[in-house]
Amino acid sequence: MADRNPAPDTPELRERWGAFEFTESYRERADKAIARYPEGRQRSAVMPLLDLAQRQVGEETNTQGWLPLPVIEYVADYLDMPVIRVLEVASFYFMYNMKPVGKYHVQVCGTTPCMLRGSDGLFETCKKRGMSKGHVSEDGLWTLTEVECMGNCATAPMVQINDDNYEDLTPERLDTILDALAKGEQPKAGTQEPGRHTSEPANALSSLEAMVDENHDYRSEWS
Amino acid sequence: MLADKDRIFTNLYGFQDWGLKAAQQRGDWDDTKSLIARGHDNIIEEVKASGLRGRGGAGFPTGLKWSFMPKESKDGRPSFLVINADESEPGSCKDREIIRHDPHKLIEGALVAGYAMRARAAYIYIRGEYIREAETLQAAIDEAYDAGLIGKNASKSGYDFDVFLHRGAGAYICGEETAMIESLEGKKGQPRLKPPFPAGAGLYGCPTTVNNVESIAVVPTILRRGASWFASFGRENNKGTKLFQISGHVNKPCVVEEALSIPFSELIEKHCGGIIGGKDNLLAVIPGGSSVPLVPAEQIWDAPMDFDGLKDLGSGLGTAGVIVMDKSTDIVRAISRLSYFYKHESCGQCTPCREGTGWMWRMMERLRTGDAAIEEIDMLQQVTKQVEGHTICALGDAAAWPIQGLIRHFRPELERRIEEHNAKFAEAAE
Repeated sequence: MADRNPAPDTPELRERWGAFEFTESYRERADKAIARYPEGRQRSAVMPLLDLAQRQVGEETNTQGWLPLPVIEYVADYLDMPVIRVLEVASFYFMYNMKPVGKYHVQVCGTTPCMLRGSDGLFETCKKRGMSKGHVSEDGLWTLTEVECMGNCATAPMVQINDDNYEDLTPERLDTILDALAKGEQPKAGTQEPGRHTSEPANALSSLEAMVDENHDYRSEWS
Repeated sequence: MLADKDRIFTNLYGFQDWGLKAAQQRGDWDDTKSLIARGHDNIIEEVKASGLRGRGGAGFPTGLKWSFMPKESKDGRPSFLVINADESEPGSCKDREIIRHDPHKLIEGALVAGYAMRARAAYIYIRGEYIREAETLQAAIDEAYDAGLIGKNASKSGYDFDVFLHRGAGAYICGEETAMIESLEGKKGQPRLKPPFPAGAGLYGCPTTVNNVESIAVVPTILRRGASWFASFGRENNKGTKLFQISGHVNKPCVVEEALSIPFSELIEKHCGGIIGGKDNLLAVIPGGSSVPLVPAEQIWDAPMDFDGLKDLGSGLGTAGVIVMDKSTDIVRAISRLSYFYKHESCGQCTPCREGTGWMWRMMERLRTGDAAIEEIDMLQQVTKQVEGHTICALGDAAAWPIQGLIRHFRPELERRIEEHNAKFAEAAE
């Protein structure tokens, strides 16, 4: 089990987040999420709403965002749920940040398939830049987290930074990406292997060659 | 090798657009109305005849699973289809390719399968980390609604069917079907006791079937080309084509669709450019995602990659996430890292799993450095047996099996490390 506790409930925390509410655009998205579930089952929307709340906190703090207790209470109120039911959801799922994170949440996959392809080197790269697991770097830019399998095993090793995946990494390629982010640029997401498109055998396509240049319809070849 | 014309996922690598128009040009949503016109039971019979077994890991016959759903609602409860896109098993990365490159196959499959089992709507539960993938899938769902393919009178079939997307938030356990249902209801993803089974009381207490993305996405093609076409691939009881995902120490890791029962050697040589350093450098393979026991090189090489072939080797096909390890691998560390994964992902509900996964991981870490006694190998084996089968869901089993596989095939290596470590210790003491 992952041990995760909410940030301490202090007067400062109340002062900063006590008046939190969704902006109009977030409210719209929240209501759209609630409408996906049957009448009277609005509680099902607790996960999308926590995600939205975290994103709004992120926008307000120029980070990936996190969930202070007053924000969790706001979501509970929004869905007419007991606070503890929302808090237990927030602390159960790993993508909800229970404490502040940096502008970029560098999530390095360390599970076996990535480990076999060199994720150790990626952690080294992060450490050399002053990141340490679970902490926000001094400049407020980075938080390093070791995450479990992200489902990019055929393009391992990989790192997820905020909403984008960077795959087929080497320490040098990761350095380049982190440099670009630090400068405020948006590096190309996905595989970093030259010549590779997604998860095909890199530069050695073994099937579906006709699909590369045209949207081939194979139906005429069916027998 | 499977011919390109017999591949279901022709846009697997995303060389072409995932959007509706391009998907229709490739053959998706082609007269879906006539597929539905075949009737609920005919579709189920066709899927049964195709031999399709669930692609999420357990390999339960898909058509049979659908037939457990009630034929009529006696008390007014609707039925639901839940599609498991919570792909989190280490080594698995196939559903991601379907979702981001061929999402309309999944949505059309949801309609046809949902109709067959008389469901009122489908909820697609996608893992939270698939952020861009969820954006694509939601956009594809919106396209399908706008074109009248789903929603009221879906595809002009006279059947009303909704498709909703639900994003997870980073919990492996939600891939377990009842944990997924709990999570959809807005709770912690902790598995439910069975019975009642979801087909009797699932989502919101209503009859529910949970199917993997790949199982659903192949259905329209099976109906169009016929059960006998699908059943022409693979050995008896292991029919059809399958997405394989090969990671680790091969020259060209990839995702590829192949016929079931393809020999391991052919899969690796044809699609993955061989083992790094050549065949003789292969140490072991985890053939079906992290939960299944590893298979040593000499046993896997000629083995057919299917449910029964790998079961015969004491392992399993699982999700067909093939993790290849060459001789440079620290095999104890590789398995210990999986133990850490299960410790991290245990939901904490059942004591044997909550406490056992942590205990097993700490023991594995000691075995990694050799800081243990020989008898402790047997003790670890015994503890895995006390976790296995003593929990509500299969996560306990999944945590136990990789360790059992390691002990079965690499016990001499474990003993070597202990002896080496203890010899050093004895030297220092002198």
